[in-house]
Amino acid sequence: MIDVKHIHKTFYVPGEVKALVDVSASIEPGEVVVVCGPSGSGKSTFLRCLNRLERADSGHIIIDGIDVLHPKTNINKVRAEVGMVFQSFNLFPHKTVFENIALAQHVVRKRSKKECAKKTAFLLDKVGISDKSAAYPDNLSGGQQQRVAIARALAMDPKVMLFDEPTSALDPEMIGEVLEVMKKLAQEGMTMVVVTHEMGFAREVADRIIFMDAGGIVEVGPPEHFFTNPEHERTKLFLNQIL
Amino acid sequence: MENTLKKPPIIRPPHYNLWVTVFVVFILLIIGSFYYSTQRIEYIWRWNRMPIYFAYLDIVKITSEIDGEVDDITLDGKDAHITVKGMGESETYTVPAKGVYVEDGELISPGDILATYEKWKPGLLIIGLWVTLELSLMATIFGVIIGVVGGLARISSNPAFRWTVMIYVELIRGSPLMVQIIIWYFVLGTVINDILSTYGLGRLSAFWYGVASLSCFAGAYVTEIVRAGIQSIHRGQTEAARSLGMTYAQSMRYIILPQALRSILPPLAGQFISLIKDSSLLGIIAIREVTKAAREAVTASLQPFELYIMLLLLYLVLTFSLSMFVQYLERRTAIK
Ligand SMILES: Nc1ncnc2c1ncn2[C@@H]1O[C@H](COP(=O)(O)OP(=O)(O)O)[C@@H](O)[C@H]1O
Ligand SMILES: [Mg+2]
Repeated sequence: MIDVKHIHKTFYVPGEVKALVDVSASIEPGEVVVVCGPSGSGKSTFLRCLNRLERADSGHIIIDGIDVLHPKTNINKVRAEVGMVFQSFNLFPHKTVFENIALAQHVVRKRSKKECAKKTAFLLDKVGISDKSAAYPDNLSGGQQQRVAIARALAMDPKVMLFDEPTSALDPEMIGEVLEVMKKLAQEGMTMVVVTHEMGFAREVADRIIFMDAGGIVEVGPPEHFFTNPEHERTKLFLNQIL
Repeated sequence: MENTLKKPPIIRPPHYNLWVTVFVVFILLIIGSFYYSTQRIEYIWRWNRMPIYFAYLDIVKITSEIDGEVDDITLDGKDAHITVKGMGESETYTVPAKGVYVEDGELISPGDILATYEKWKPGLLIIGLWVTLELSLMATIFGVIIGVVGGLARISSNPAFRWTVMIYVELIRGSPLMVQIIIWYFVLGTVINDILSTYGLGRLSAFWYGVASLSCFAGAYVTEIVRAGIQSIHRGQTEAARSLGMTYAQSMRYIILPQALRSILPPLAGQFISLIKDSSLLGIIAIREVTKAAREAVTASLQPFELYIMLLLLYLVLTFSLSMFVQYLERRTAIK
């Protein structure tokens, strides 16, 4: 489903920051991959390179057979197939919850108003906030906002969902409700790449865990292996710090 | 328990009423001393002559076009039909019955008055005010178009767009509007009208060069306002829109610009209030906007004080109603 080969990404800010150094990974359809690692290790950059919010300097990214980095690729088509959920929700504050979810269906997928309404109602029910359809995002709690953001991404019927620390900006009591929605999604067979520090979620839901440090992938493995028997010193150090 | 809505008590500084009185006396003193000074130089105030600059009753004359004599006058309700018969030709004029000026059988030469009637006409100031409004409205529309395009080009990653707009903005903001108007009319206007006439097209009037200079001037400021408005929207908004597969244009149209509008509106209103005031400079290229009209009225009436005070009030009415309108718009676009 996703094939990443030897990508590099350097920021010039004005000093040189090597955010990604020779990163390769492969994600199968239906797989749930959790990416973890210390802050500044390049997790967000990796995720954002996948849908070209950041453009990798070199290497190849193939999603569902399409070469993301090829100049002739229509990136908007790719992005419509790749849902993304941000740490800070990024809902559209001037639109209602309903409009947040319906807008892109209409202007990108060209669905009729009626189809949009039906799909939106279905998704609102799925993430459990049907009663907030007419509310504006600023009037919702963080957990509700993030669930709307997930519904907004799902509305495009994406083949892959990317989550960048979806619960890091939430008050502790709201983390559960968002993880619950993500868990349900994973059970339905959605392909997911999730950057998170929620190790409980990783242990329970992930098929594989990628550990990143200093712009590179240090270790990849299934949760059992990752938590009980990590190979690398840096992975052990990281696990000691957060568990 | 009874829960009546009580207004919080108004806390006033000590001697509040005293200071209110001081204020009123101060204002009256200024007006009074101004009036006294005008008396000293023996200025005669004639406010009663002012209404004609707003509207006046004109006497319209209907004149004959042919030589002959009045053959027939028939009344038809409020109208009268006067038939003038000459050698081999005959004309019938329909005029208001009250204003018939001729009798049956009267000899008529071309240009003789057959009838007159009265009609309300707008005075000089009102005509000028209308021109000012037209100028400001058109410059506002073109200024917004230039500003939105300019603002988008200014934040574009394409250096050709970005630099062109940067030069444009610096050029306009760094030079006096008066000079820009002169260049538009006497330099660009001459060239453009020359080119137009070599292709057998009509000349553009001073009015259009006035609109062009004001639009360009406002456009530069609006460009900066739009740029700042767009940049005030958090990057995450664009990223969210683009990550859903929206194109750059779609994310601008549906997500960024509607949000930017709220922060753009107040400075934009200020810009257009200045535009109304700045249009008073257009008199120098012989556009008869309201300031020029007032100056003409002064030449004719020799009543400068009344006319210029009224001119001031007219501008105040325009700018004040515009700022009221914008406040209304701001309330409407506020996020619920
Ligand atoms: N847009 C950017 N401009 C400059 N530097 C950036 C940018 N995005 C990320 N970086 C830098 O790249 C490195 C990796 O960042 P990031 O991918 O956000 O890490 P993580 O998500 O793992 O915390 C950091 O040093 C960060 O400062
Ligand atoms: Mg991050």
